[in-house]
Amino acid sequence: MYNSLTLDRLLIKGAKIVNDDQSFCADVYMEDGVIKQIGENLIVPGGVKTIDAHGHRGMTSADDFYHGTKAALAGGTTMIIDHVVPEPGASLLSSFEQWREWADSKSCCDYSLHMDITEWHRGLQDEMETLVKDHGVNSFLVYLVYKDLFQLTDSQVYEVFSVIRDLGAIAQVHAENGDIVAEEQRRILSQGITGPEGHVLSRPEEVEAEAVNRSVTVANQTNCPLYVTKVMSKSAADVIAQARKRGTVVYGEPISASLGTDGSHYWSKNWAKAAAFVTSPPLSPDPTTPDYLNSLLSCGDLQVTGSAHCPFNTSQRAVGKDDFTLIPEGVNGTEERLALIWDKCVVTGKMDENQFVAVTSTNAAKIFNLYPRKGRIAVGSDADLVLWDPDLTHIISAKSHNSTVEYNIFEGTEVRGGPLVVISQGKIVLEEGTLHVTEGTGRYVPRKPFPDYVYKRIKARSRLAELRGVPRGLYDGPVCDVTVTPKVMTPVSSTKTSPAKQPNQPSRNLHQSGFSLSGAQIDDNIPRRNTSRVVAPPGAGPTSPRDPVPFCSLRA
Amino acid sequence: NHGNAASGKYRISCSERLLIKGGRIVNDDQSFHADIYMEDGHIKQIGDNLIVPGGVKTVEANGKMVIPGGIDIHTHLQMPYRGTTTVDDFGQGTKAALAGGTTMIVDHVIPEPGCSLVAAFDQWRQWADEKSCCDYSLHVDITHWNDSVQQEVEALIKEKGVNSFQVYMAYKDYYQMTNSELYEVFTFLGERGGIAQVHAENGEIIAEEQARMLQMGITGPEGHVLSRPEELEAEAVFRAVTIASQTNCPLYVTRVMSKSAADIISLARKKGNVVFGEPIAASLGTDGTHYWSKNWAKAASFVTSPPLSPDPTTPDYLHTLLSSGDLSITGSAHCTFSVAQKAIGKDDFTQIPEGVNGVEERMALIWDKAVTTGKMDENMFVAVTSTNAAKILNLYPRKGRIAVGSDADLVIWDTDAVRTVTAKTHNSAAEYNIFEGLELRGAPQVVVCQGKIVLEDGNLHTSSGVGRFIPCSPYPDFAYKRIKLAVLKAVPRGMYDGPVSEYSLSRGGTPSASARNSPTKQPVRNLHQSRHSRRPPIRPAAGRRITVPPGGRSNITSLS
Repeated sequence: MYNSLTLDRLLIKGAKIVNDDQSFCADVYMEDGVIKQIGENLIVPGGVKTIDAHGHRGMTSADDFYHGTKAALAGGTTMIIDHVVPEPGASLLSSFEQWREWADSKSCCDYSLHMDITEWHRGLQDEMETLVKDHGVNSFLVYLVYKDLFQLTDSQVYEVFSVIRDLGAIAQVHAENGDIVAEEQRRILSQGITGPEGHVLSRPEEVEAEAVNRSVTVANQTNCPLYVTKVMSKSAADVIAQARKRGTVVYGEPISASLGTDGSHYWSKNWAKAAAFVTSPPLSPDPTTPDYLNSLLSCGDLQVTGSAHCPFNTSQRAVGKDDFTLIPEGVNGTEERLALIWDKCVVTGKMDENQFVAVTSTNAAKIFNLYPRKGRIAVGSDADLVLWDPDLTHIISAKSHNSTVEYNIFEGTEVRGGPLVVISQGKIVLEEGTLHVTEGTGRYVPRKPFPDYVYKRIKARSRLAELRGVPRGLYDGPVCDVTVTPKVMTPVSSTKTSPAKQPNQPSRNLHQSGFSLSGAQIDDNIPRRNTSRVVAPPGAGPTSPRDPVPFCSLRA
Repeated sequence: NHGNAASGKYRISCSERLLIKGGRIVNDDQSFHADIYMEDGHIKQIGDNLIVPGGVKTVEANGKMVIPGGIDIHTHLQMPYRGTTTVDDFGQGTKAALAGGTTMIVDHVIPEPGCSLVAAFDQWRQWADEKSCCDYSLHVDITHWNDSVQQEVEALIKEKGVNSFQVYMAYKDYYQMTNSELYEVFTFLGERGGIAQVHAENGEIIAEEQARMLQMGITGPEGHVLSRPEELEAEAVFRAVTIASQTNCPLYVTRVMSKSAADIISLARKKGNVVFGEPIAASLGTDGTHYWSKNWAKAASFVTSPPLSPDPTTPDYLHTLLSSGDLSITGSAHCTFSVAQKAIGKDDFTQIPEGVNGVEERMALIWDKAVTTGKMDENMFVAVTSTNAAKILNLYPRKGRIAVGSDADLVIWDTDAVRTVTAKTHNSAAEYNIFEGLELRGAPQVVVCQGKIVLEDGNLHTSSGVGRFIPCSPYPDFAYKRIKLAVLKAVPRGMYDGPVSEYSLSRGGTPSASARNSPTKQPVRNLHQSRHSRRPPIRPAAGRRITVPPGGRSNITSLS
């Protein structure tokens, strides 16, 4: 319908441009995928395709999360950021390359990539540095859940966050307490609950809030900016809001699912439908949750929205038909995200159109250092924009959606607002309800570290955080004559312990004991004990063959 | 006959009779004027114009308050430490307690990891029976966790009279438990009517921070508080609350030292969780600014964990929450070391033995800071210093109340007395007192323990070894009336009989362990095998494509 020669030049006339800071009426002229002019009565080359946008709004969109770019474009999202999930043990770089390859060949819109840290050892630090410096990755996700698989310990999270801060990246976290989830899963299964309701019963929202709180604490200690992915419950959102009030640099990302529906469907008698809602953290069974999250999004306590779009077919879900813990996790939402937020926040008067742009596009661009190339309609920005029709009404249904899955978790929801025209890379990809997408046109958008939006505050805090000891004369009083373990000279992190208040075995080497917590036997100590007897001053009782520790000797 | 009985058990004879006349009895629920007649260590009569045997010893209270003797629910007397012990043994420590109006203590048994809990308990019993001047009970700390520990805990609950057990979230690689272990311990205690006590600090982060401090060259006591910021305490409290709520186990947070930790507890209580917070004398009476003292020995004397908060408004805040009922119980965590013992850590703050004094000062501190300021009334004072502790230990109303049939442990409290706390006059053997110089209004005038006067006219008449072990039974109403068993029900559905995606890798036959995971975004991966090693064989990511067969449903199996 449109001639190809005109495709790279595009003029939108008579639109109301809505950015996150202001709205104004102007024409927009785009060429070669970039916005060239904004204003009235623009002088543009002849033969330009013109869209009369009278009465409609133009805005950009950047998504964050997962593929499904066609569905994304259909919903008015012109950029996605997908998560690279390396197998534990696999190289971050090779996984990254693999994802690049997949995305480059398939993506219909621009994309960027988050890197997930699925295991931790110091060797990964170099790969992370390479990713940041050479490959344009500035965000890394860690998991507090999926025990024995992706889950990191608190010490590991501390180390990862320290590395991330030094690299100038953003720490993302999947926040659920994996230890408790594992225990609860076992308990729920043992009670004979195997259906999808077991998924939410074994992952109560407290467990999500706990993990958010813990990651906020670690982020504060390490002075690392934190981004909580998939905020699904009121309590998790509350923890984020409180942390922000205390000054923590933390961002919360509710997703389409948590903003648009709730977890009561896990109790559906239709197994396939119930299973379609399985995602982690789960949707909250509290039906007032979406409204609450939309309110926090409107007031700025939550900042960014994603979709966590990751749908599975019913037959894939059915892998877990006899055991909810095996149901693949993920829900749809990339196509519905904008319309849902418009309907639930803007139509209801919770937020205005500018805030809408902020939470659906601009904030993400700022946090991930894409602004103002993405997330803003301005001269020089990418020509990714949407003509938004606030009067459009449609009913979400799996029959008409662009995803391939049989169920849509928002089935039957009537939403006001929708994209009329979608322009990606300066080309029209949606017009009059028809999609014109081309596989493989999406470009990888690299992101630089130290985004101002996040790191201005972090840098100031680093300067303040220098600690100093108290200058004192040397203590020269008496020192209790007990056996003191000589300090291990290398203060390797995370093994030093303060053996406080313990009826301590004088000779127990705390530094070595760190290597085996489990299965430690009383006898384990004996060899160490004997060797360290040397350390004990003779006064401690040279004739005694045993430690002067009351307890262990009791057992003899 | 109240002198120090240097040897042997002091037997309560039938001639022990005591009458307190003209006092105002203050319990946690009401105050009223009445006389109290005690015999054989019990309160026999309460009322006006009591008919009592002739010749009974009478104390004239002159309208002063008569309160139940204090219960210090958290002490570490005679605690072994690297071959020595804390300077206050059960004799010295309980003497100090009585001098301050506390007539019962509850000490913590701390078994070495790997050693028997019951053996440790018996050892503590022996030490305390020999020397204690007042009644006592024992908490047992669970410092490691396995099946045999589980059996011992069961035995302690059923046969030994212990109903509260402490677990540690700090002291990495030593006492610290993982979340899964906490879950198991809490589940176990919740099913058997025990109280889960928790030392709440995030040990993993502390270990990292300690290493960082030492690397920066900070070795003095200020490093102690710098490496343990109050957020780490609050984080651990939050986590403990979450686990306790999941496992339906009553939670008791020992040593609430900071505002943020206290806030988490009050929030949890507002959400309906069964959780109790215990601020201690130190956090109620002083703050952590002293860690920066130029006097090393003084700074070191404040070292305890969680540390005192450097925020000087903390004590006042904790008193407010104690008054409003958000915090429930007070202890002292009395655990005193000499300067020479503290000096073990003179070059490295992580080696400083941790512990502060407080058993003697606790009652007067709370009176001065909470009652005289109008934050709480005298009845609440009794609740937080005595009654609530008795309730959670399941000793109420035998302890914690002045009533007929209760133990004759009580105190005539002089609200007008003013004392200045100083190490020169305190009854502890430690050289420093962290409350040095504090002027406190309110003090015990007469202390009656086991029906005998142990403090009168400023003179102590304590007897070592008279203290009895008071067994505590499980399922205290104070905590367990609200603990209800949650029953979950599955949704009755027909069997799913649609197509099932081919699950390419063999499924482990035993879906037993906790390691089952649902893989986000990776339908194909064999999670059951991967749990066996942190590093599963590297599977080329391309392999994932195989699992979704081209037709999507080529391999439909009929299920049912």
